[in-house]
Amino acid sequence: MGHSSAVDVCNVVKRYLDDPALPPALNNVSVNIAHNEFFTLLGPSGCGKTTLLRAIAGFETVSSGDIFLGGERINDLPPYRRRINTVFQSYALFPHMSVAENIAFGLEMQGLGKQAVPKRVKEMLALVQMEHLANRKPAELSGGQQQRVALARALAPQPAVLLLDEPLSALDLKLRKEMQVELKRVQQEAGITFIFVTHDQEEALTLSDRIAVMSAGNIMQIGTPGDIYERPQHRFVAQFIGDINFLPGQMRPGHDQPVFRPAAMPVDIPCQPPSGIDLSRVQLAFRPERSRLVDPSQPHHLRAVIETVMYVGTATLYRCRLPDSSQITLRESNEGGLARNVGEGVAVHLPPQACLLMEA
Amino acid sequence: MSTIGSQPVIRRLLLLGPVGFTLLGLILIPLAIMGYISFLPRNLYGGVDWQADWQWHSYVQLFFQEDFDGNLELNWVYAQALLRSLAQAGGTTLLCFAFGFPVALWMTSLSERSRNLMVLLITIPFWTNLLIRNYAWLIILRENGWLAQAVNGLFPQAGGITLLYNDFAVSVGLVYSFLPFMILPIYSTLEKLDWRLVEAAYDLGATRWLALRRVILPLTMPGVVAGALLVFVPSLGAYITPALLGGGKTLMVGNLIQQQFGTARNWPLGGSLSFLLLGIMLLALILFALYSRKAAKSMHRGVGA
Repeated sequence: MGHSSAVDVCNVVKRYLDDPALPPALNNVSVNIAHNEFFTLLGPSGCGKTTLLRAIAGFETVSSGDIFLGGERINDLPPYRRRINTVFQSYALFPHMSVAENIAFGLEMQGLGKQAVPKRVKEMLALVQMEHLANRKPAELSGGQQQRVALARALAPQPAVLLLDEPLSALDLKLRKEMQVELKRVQQEAGITFIFVTHDQEEALTLSDRIAVMSAGNIMQIGTPGDIYERPQHRFVAQFIGDINFLPGQMRPGHDQPVFRPAAMPVDIPCQPPSGIDLSRVQLAFRPERSRLVDPSQPHHLRAVIETVMYVGTATLYRCRLPDSSQITLRESNEGGLARNVGEGVAVHLPPQACLLMEA
Repeated sequence: MSTIGSQPVIRRLLLLGPVGFTLLGLILIPLAIMGYISFLPRNLYGGVDWQADWQWHSYVQLFFQEDFDGNLELNWVYAQALLRSLAQAGGTTLLCFAFGFPVALWMTSLSERSRNLMVLLITIPFWTNLLIRNYAWLIILRENGWLAQAVNGLFPQAGGITLLYNDFAVSVGLVYSFLPFMILPIYSTLEKLDWRLVEAAYDLGATRWLALRRVILPLTMPGVVAGALLVFVPSLGAYITPALLGGGKTLMVGNLIQQQFGTARNWPLGGSLSFLLLGIMLLALILFALYSRKAAKSMHRGVGA
């Protein structure tokens, strides 16, 4: 446990042998996950997140690269020799065993004594608040209850790392929110590294200490939820997490700082490009809620005409058309109380901190 | 259902015809005749005395015989034949399981196409008559046959091992005949097994052996029990195989029954033996039915409650 990270994935490539022409499921993926971290692999289906999870669990062999658990290389260890347990998407509870027997299974496999097993099972049942259903069969439980049992079963043998493969995807929205809170609580109480796979960006933002956004077998960006949301480095990441507008255009030297001139209309928007990006092919991105709608009479602002108004409770969304007929979405908090109308012209103020410059 | 209910009686009877004929004409009536015969005294030259009163003699005969003074004394000959058959059938069932389960497990790991091919290959022996298949084994196992020569070549110090006309040969023949009945039901339950459960077992630290014993086997039990029944019941009454490959040296209950209707000309005893055998098979079936009810209950207890 002296090793600084819980899991290290180094240059892992996974190809499927049956068809070498296919792009690899994992394309040189590297990531270091710290002890006690809630780490999320986020991406659309088919991005390789589940493949990576299964490679860490030992259900997939990697074509090249190494996986370390607490500094020890585990590539060649079978799943049952890895101190890693999984909460499966389908829960995979043993239907012929009761809740308590399911939780005891991993402990018995560890060779835990006859007295120690029931004690630990009891602790686990208490942790997930399922004591009263210890003797039920999985088929008699609701989805949320099955989820709790799967969690308790995976945590019981005290794994170094817990893998969770879209565990909440089968639950309805309300239950999912409850289980999110529950998961976070259990992770903090158990003090175990969680690697969580999801395609739900909101879930990832809420739960994670860090997120790795994946696409087509590559990790696009790794960072805290704040990093990922506020400072996406790629168009893909920006688009996948939250809503965002893109403006094509080009950089120009301004009076005292560089400015961006959108293709839609000749206004100069001051913003600072991050280092190391190719300024010759750049675009400006901004979140709908970070722009401000101002009096249309003011100069030097992006102008747009409202086409659709969508009231969403705390805010109103405006779908607007720019002079070059491209579309953007703007969001205005409803505290002012004055809704704007379709056909109204607005000016859009983009503060420098709202502007994200990234390669097109 | 209502359309059938509204049919005229004649049509309904016609619809029931094939089932009725099978049940009555091919099962119940022959059984009743055999039952009737078993309560009649034998005719010395075959057949029975149809005019005689009913009597229990043939059932008493199963376990007792009359000595010179007309006293009954225990006679274990028939019971022993039955026990031998039970042991033989039990052994055959175990062997079929030992060979059949791994085969079924292996089949599930194949591609869809190869699986279907395997199922076909497994059923191919049924295209040939049982008698012919037993004669084939006769040739394979016979003295100075190639197998016997090979075995004796490997173990010359054993002083001439014979493979034919013994319990070994009967076992080989029975296992060979009934193995598909074990493989196919196990295969069909294994095919429906959720392999993610096996992954979960590995994930929780179960080795291959423990995953097999704690997860795969319990979940495949209904198939195993069905297979065991399909092997046990016919091998209990097996007649051709013990006669041909056993050389008629040891008396099995199937051969015993055949003898009573044949050379011994004791039809009533043959009938009572048949009913004893039938009773044992029914017991096995009832136990199976009870088991499957319990299994179904424990798996889905209170679903939807």
